[in-house]
Amino acid sequence: MLKIEDLTVEVNGKILLHDVNLEVEKGYTNVLFGPNGAGKSALMRTIMGFSEYRIVKGRILFNGEDITNLPVDERARRGLGIMMQRPPDMSGIKLRDLVKVASKGKKDPEKLAENLDMKRFLDRDVNVGFSGGEIKRSELLQLAAQNPSLYLLDEPESGVDLVSIEQVGMTIKGLLEEGMDCPGKRCKKGKSALIITHTGQVLDYVQADKGYILCNGTVMCSGNPLKMLEEIKNKGYQECITCRLMK
Amino acid sequence: MQTDEVSLKKRAESATEKKATFGEDFELAKYEDGSKVSKPIEDLQTLDEESKRTLLQVGVIPSEEGRSGSFLVLDNAVSHSSLKDENVELMSTHEALEKYEWLKDYSWKLVQVDADKYTAKTYLENADGYFIRAPAGKKSSMPVQTCLMLGSKKVSQTVHNIIVVEEGASLDIITGCTAKKGVEEGLHLGISEMYVKKGATLNFTMIHNWAEQIGVRPRTVVHVEEGGTYISNYICLKPVRSVQTYPTVMLEGKGAVTRLNTIAIAHLGSELDLGSRAIFNAPNTRAELISRTITIGGRLIARGEMIGNAKGAKGHLECKGLVLTDKGSQLAIPILEANVDDIELTHEAAVGKIAKDQVEYLMARGLTEEEAIGMIIRGFLDVGIRGIPEELKNEIENTITQTALGM
Repeated sequence: MLKIEDLTVEVNGKILLHDVNLEVEKGYTNVLFGPNGAGKSALMRTIMGFSEYRIVKGRILFNGEDITNLPVDERARRGLGIMMQRPPDMSGIKLRDLVKVASKGKKDPEKLAENLDMKRFLDRDVNVGFSGGEIKRSELLQLAAQNPSLYLLDEPESGVDLVSIEQVGMTIKGLLEEGMDCPGKRCKKGKSALIITHTGQVLDYVQADKGYILCNGTVMCSGNPLKMLEEIKNKGYQECITCRLMK
Repeated sequence: MQTDEVSLKKRAESATEKKATFGEDFELAKYEDGSKVSKPIEDLQTLDEESKRTLLQVGVIPSEEGRSGSFLVLDNAVSHSSLKDENVELMSTHEALEKYEWLKDYSWKLVQVDADKYTAKTYLENADGYFIRAPAGKKSSMPVQTCLMLGSKKVSQTVHNIIVVEEGASLDIITGCTAKKGVEEGLHLGISEMYVKKGATLNFTMIHNWAEQIGVRPRTVVHVEEGGTYISNYICLKPVRSVQTYPTVMLEGKGAVTRLNTIAIAHLGSELDLGSRAIFNAPNTRAELISRTITIGGRLIARGEMIGNAKGAKGHLECKGLVLTDKGSQLAIPILEANVDDIELTHEAAVGKIAKDQVEYLMARGLTEEEAIGMIIRGFLDVGIRGIPEELKNEIENTITQTALGM
């Protein structure tokens, strides 16, 4: 579904990512681990097409189509949806209106907001004065309206209190399983996702298929996400870097 | 009294050549005085379709539905006045001055006749205009609408309006200032003196829709007493040669409050010099001066001034300006002055382009670039103005869409 080949990206003349290779198969939920500053968010924002991220080399394929040079809205229309970690304050734009246009007027903002306990935020300016957890729920609300086929989720659990984490986790699970009648068909019919997580808490709610470790701007290795998380928890990322060097 | 008039006349005469502090200087002799007589219009609905549309574009509804009264000044003549709400009084300023002896204490008391040549001319011409009064304790359920229309080419229109909202009363006014189709050149000089008495509220919305070669010089001063509230909304989204205005609100009573919203778009060839000033002369007074302006080729100057002369005064000034093309310019000039302690005056000014990350955030939700810019502009200009008729909303909507597309 999503294939990244030899991707090198710079911002303001500085290389942030180099020679990245990564894949999200249809119906898969893949996880991106890595220390702070490794370039995880940059990779996700590059996939979405934000113009700040200049692709120097490599390409991004989505459903077989080369989308490397497509603008953000074209990617959104093809089925990419992002949950940003630090979205900009949108003064004057009401969450209700953004939810409405994101769903192309097809979904009722009230109903969608109810599930995320966001009704009282519908008439507030998007992201303005929102707490960490409120931003996550607002982003999920917008994604629920948008209904993408590939979810790019940048640290969905960070800044969320322990009570709300279940709500966020269950919402993500619900979104990824939308339209599925049987969990066994997940890989064929479900939505795809690439999730950045530090704590792995979100993996209590969604079934992750594959993990990638990103260090120093490139993918170090891939494998079983839960095992990887376990390793990282025990030994940290230094081990990955050493391991890669030995290869 | 007689001596009063003599001295006013003297002062005005001494100011006939006095240039205004700001804005392009218009040579008054180049314009003919607007006619003081016109055929009365009994019913605004009998106007031709073109004129009705002109009225609607500045928020004036020809059917008068949802309005408690209507008043139309064409050039320098009052051509329509009608009222259906007993809680409010509406007539021409001349008529009111004849009817109420006390009104002379309100006329030319806030705006100085010798402020500049425009006020001088308006005084010396004995300009007429509208007088609106909300008697003590009365609340009009619907807004009064007034329209000041330039009806002939190359004339100067002079208008003198007086508004009195008495103790505990509440009044909404929508004023549309415009030019008849085909009138592309002219001058509008408008004096407005507004009195908001103890505990009263005045909600004043002014919509401007002029033409490429029209000069506009409104002169407005508002006097607010204890616990009174004055809210002003000024909207100017269409091309005009030059508007220069600097309405001043004097908060004279304890706890008086004001909020002035300005939203404007400067087109190529337009100069909009739009200010708002609040003077805190009584304890615990509050003001909010909000300006949201966009240039798509014209020059925009957003002035704001707050002068704190009494303890407990609190004010916030916000000038935000978007520059959407290389041809336009934005100048924000906020001034804060505190003359006693225990005063809190703040300002926030920002001019520049639309933030790319905001546009792309919306694009990531599937909006095209134009749609995203349109949504941002709409949000930028939305300062929560109430009571705007649907037709005008659509007009604003179209202007925004055009603006976004033209980028």
